[in-house]
Amino acid sequence: MSNPVYVIDGARTPFLKAHGRPGPFSPVDLAVQCGRPLLLRQNFSPDLFDQVILGCVNVLPDEMNPARIAALRLGMGDDMKAFTVQINCGSGMQSIDTAYRYIQDGSADLILAGGTEALSQAPMVLKPEAVEWFASLRQQSSPAAYVKQLREFDSAFLIPEISLKSGLTDPIVGLSMGQTAEVVAQLFNITREQADEYAVRSHHRLAKAQDEGWLDDEVVTIISRDGECFDRDDGVRPDTTVEQLASLKPVFEPPYGQVTAGNSSQVTDGACWTILASEKMVEKLKLTPKAQIVDSQWSALDPKIMGLAPVIAVTEMLKRQNRQLQDIDLWELNEAFAAQVLGCLRAWDDDAFMQAATTQGSSLGRIDESRLNIDGGAVSLGHPVGASGNRIVLHLANAMQRKQVKQGVASECIGGGQSGAMLLQAV
Amino acid sequence: MMTGQILQSLQNKKREMETGPLNGTGTAKASKAFSHWTLARQDDVAWLFLDKADSSANTLSQAVIQELGAVLEQLDQTPPKGLIIRSLKANGFCMGADIHEFADIENEAIVRDRLTEAHQIVDRLAALPYPTVAVIHGQCLGGGLELALCCKYRLAAPGAKMGFPEVQLGLHPGLGGTARLTHLIDPMQAMTMMLTGKTLDAGRAKSAGLVDDVVEERHIAAAAQAAIKGRVEANDTSFKERVLTSTIARKFEARQMRSKAAEKAPPEHYPAPGALIDLWENYGNDAEAMRQKEIASFATLLTSPASKNLVRVFFLREEMKSLTRKDADKIRHVHVIGAGAMGGDIAGWCAFKGLKASLYDMEGEAIVKAVRDARKLCQKKHLSDREERAVMDRLIPDFANDGVRQADLVIEAVPEKADIKLKVYQDAEPRMKAGALLATNTSSIPLDELAGSLKRPERFVGLHFFNPVAKMQLVEIVKHEGVSEETLDRAHRFVGQIDRLPAPVRSSPGFLVNRALMPYLLEAVLMVDEGVDPKAIDKVAEDFGMPMGPVELADQVGLDICLSVGEMLGEKLDVPIPEFPGWFREKVDDGKLGKKTGEGFYKWKDGEAQKKSSGSKAPDDTLDRLILPMLNACMTCLTDEVIDSADVLDGAMIFGTGFAPFRGGPMHYARSRGYDNIRTRLQTLKETAGPRFQPDDGWHASSTVQERP
Repeated sequence: MSNPVYVIDGARTPFLKAHGRPGPFSPVDLAVQCGRPLLLRQNFSPDLFDQVILGCVNVLPDEMNPARIAALRLGMGDDMKAFTVQINCGSGMQSIDTAYRYIQDGSADLILAGGTEALSQAPMVLKPEAVEWFASLRQQSSPAAYVKQLREFDSAFLIPEISLKSGLTDPIVGLSMGQTAEVVAQLFNITREQADEYAVRSHHRLAKAQDEGWLDDEVVTIISRDGECFDRDDGVRPDTTVEQLASLKPVFEPPYGQVTAGNSSQVTDGACWTILASEKMVEKLKLTPKAQIVDSQWSALDPKIMGLAPVIAVTEMLKRQNRQLQDIDLWELNEAFAAQVLGCLRAWDDDAFMQAATTQGSSLGRIDESRLNIDGGAVSLGHPVGASGNRIVLHLANAMQRKQVKQGVASECIGGGQSGAMLLQAV
Repeated sequence: MMTGQILQSLQNKKREMETGPLNGTGTAKASKAFSHWTLARQDDVAWLFLDKADSSANTLSQAVIQELGAVLEQLDQTPPKGLIIRSLKANGFCMGADIHEFADIENEAIVRDRLTEAHQIVDRLAALPYPTVAVIHGQCLGGGLELALCCKYRLAAPGAKMGFPEVQLGLHPGLGGTARLTHLIDPMQAMTMMLTGKTLDAGRAKSAGLVDDVVEERHIAAAAQAAIKGRVEANDTSFKERVLTSTIARKFEARQMRSKAAEKAPPEHYPAPGALIDLWENYGNDAEAMRQKEIASFATLLTSPASKNLVRVFFLREEMKSLTRKDADKIRHVHVIGAGAMGGDIAGWCAFKGLKASLYDMEGEAIVKAVRDARKLCQKKHLSDREERAVMDRLIPDFANDGVRQADLVIEAVPEKADIKLKVYQDAEPRMKAGALLATNTSSIPLDELAGSLKRPERFVGLHFFNPVAKMQLVEIVKHEGVSEETLDRAHRFVGQIDRLPAPVRSSPGFLVNRALMPYLLEAVLMVDEGVDPKAIDKVAEDFGMPMGPVELADQVGLDICLSVGEMLGEKLDVPIPEFPGWFREKVDDGKLGKKTGEGFYKWKDGEAQKKSSGSKAPDDTLDRLILPMLNACMTCLTDEVIDSADVLDGAMIFGTGFAPFRGGPMHYARSRGYDNIRTRLQTLKETAGPRFQPDDGWHASSTVQERP
């Protein structure tokens, strides 16, 4: 059984740059703020959903299973099933893919699939030595032993570890995500200038999309409990230039590296939801689909070059669907790092890589960059890791509608060496 | 949405409630000898259940108290090791005395006799030689709390609410409560409880020492048994409280209390606070004497006109509550269009009361302000973080007017211009779901004028809220020619859902409240025009018992609004409405609109009118010149059938404008003065001051205007 699956609607919050302190929204707050206006504009009641699936990487201790908390806070009913998925940067696409497969096999008809992340709220944690000291302190039975243990306090215990920093470091190969981009840049001869140029273009494209109102339907205004209002992505720098970016210092491999804060995705908070429905439900509720999901693919390779993984997923998916790179009208390739996106483009055109990594065995040629990330990406608007995969699928559907084109692919690299890809088709 | 259904089905109080020997297969025998009480024993412990016959709630009627006497006699024959008292009603322990029984007693001596008898019975309960435990769930008010205070221990289930609301009825506790409470907890806190009538929830009651512990229903039996075995620590009075039992300290505190109470309730109108303070000041060190003196003091208060009228207000509220139609379909999602002062507060209040409320305005900033105001409301109401979050989640800022589609009720609260409103309906109506209601918060535009353009006028209704929404309990439900019964029923249900009081009115200009208020405000303007000091005018009205004088009220409402409503009434009513003086229009043109612009009749600072007393006095006929036009308009509303019931009219004026509650409402006040008196005075004023005082014909046909006895 293989039922057609449609993208019906979707919305995201503005992506809000982290400013070195916790932002006003938790992951579930973001999901609720994003979901309320989306559910409100549907012509059906929110309790008609069969299921809620939400991607989230950094789950807060008081928000275990954020999917379920969000569903309840959105008033979707006590009987709303909801689970959270986590595959790092692919979490938001994983939620759509899981929903896609449930609907495809007939076990659900209407699913709310999303992704959320509040990187600014990633907790600071005590160092293991400090945890050990606290635990010993509690176990002391005599006052003397207690005092003795107290004396062993080291002021270094007070310096927390930023969980985000360790989260963005691959535990197998010991490289930070930025370092894997340095590796990719070197393997495919991507220069600092090329990466910076790519980054500038990303900012310009996003700024244009904002100004033209192309994001109006996609980005909803959100209000914090203190009454602070956010209505657009705040990391975009429309007037940024290659010269300005050239002055930034490399952050991951100083002083000689080339990956800077300027040509990497920004650390942001944000959420995105996408509504998926079966054909039956489209007819029953008289829904107007944005696009149909045709196929999806997950792939993996060496974590050290995780940035290249989209090439494999996309290649295998297109091969299965008998399509060429040139058949695809629009591409969303998540901009984890400018050098990593450029690396993928070159890898597709690289016989050696294609032979080693894919069943295709040879170069597929080049993607036309005028079809790629046409409204900017994570470099300009940020990469709330759990949300990004959802955003690129939703935005692809919206951009395909706007451009009135037939086929689109969304794909992202995933920390740990994986990738996801999804093929959409106009309805 | 099936929110909570499964849990609710399990949580009905019957299934959850600990009933000791009455539980399931218990072998104990319940005594069938009583009609309001059930006595059963289990392992030498007696459980006494209050379950007033033929009533959904427990009240302490004379019969209930007398039967308690008989129960105590039966217990004396074979004393148990301990006694546990609780209610079998789902809604609470006991709501207090049966007010109906008191309503028609005019004779103080009869009251004293009844109370003395009741005191003897509960004093016996208090004197039992074995431990007694009151188990309190839900409401435990007035006489109910006094009964609980006679027990050695009090255990509260979470959600219990305890208090002495008697002061709102012009009374103080009368079953020994004044003495027992001031001797159990900090007397200052006890007096505050009784003077304000505010309730304490279980947690606060525990910190106050009013209850000994807060225990989940599932542990009630174990906790009650523990109390009987002396394993629960009973509340103990602290050092501070003993200091206050000295006469000098009480004198000092009593003086403070008197002046504070007088600010809210002038003693000449509201005798109860003063009587309570006297009682404590004189006998606060002697519980028994205080209990004795409480009887006489209570009897005097109960037969006072103020108390009679406040009891009347209580019944008026009950009567208006009973209009709220529990059988009609619930509103789950309300969508408000227009986030000005009214619309924003309506949406915030609905969210606060548990409804999903989306709020749209063309100006995004107005929506954001409403969100901020809702947060302030949550903070003012001391919601926990979790509760506040739920309210704020339910209040949905809607920048695209999308909420129209799914809402069960769409409330329009845009500026008072018919063409703007019609445009809103034109856009909204076709998008509304089948069966949804469309309401307008208009205060002045006739509904038939608005309904004309609608495709489905039968689902259109007026819901006229009053400012500030969170404070004013009244909502006028305005009907028109084409409205369906179902729409009216659901509108009433909605008003009940959000804990407001409905007054059904016909769509006549100004409906009830504004029509009655406007002549009163306008007369004040004319008196200012004649050179009377505004502060002197306000003082007369305040001395009469109004929450604020008419000049200050005009400033508060906004002089521009006064002008437009006044002109609209003058245009649409065929009663003589005087012209506004030229200088009044100039004030409006100059933007001196009152509180909102910082200056109107008064200068305003930090939300307060700046009034420096000039010592000048208003003329002797000021009160009648202000109040009689209001009464006259009320009478016209009755004779014109703008509103059906004089009682609901009185309630509407009290709950919508704050009309002096101790006077029982404008029509009740008119009746107490005598219709003839009102008519004659109006006639005289007509001759001296002008045709606007033309008495309504209704003052002749007094028999047609019915009022609750």
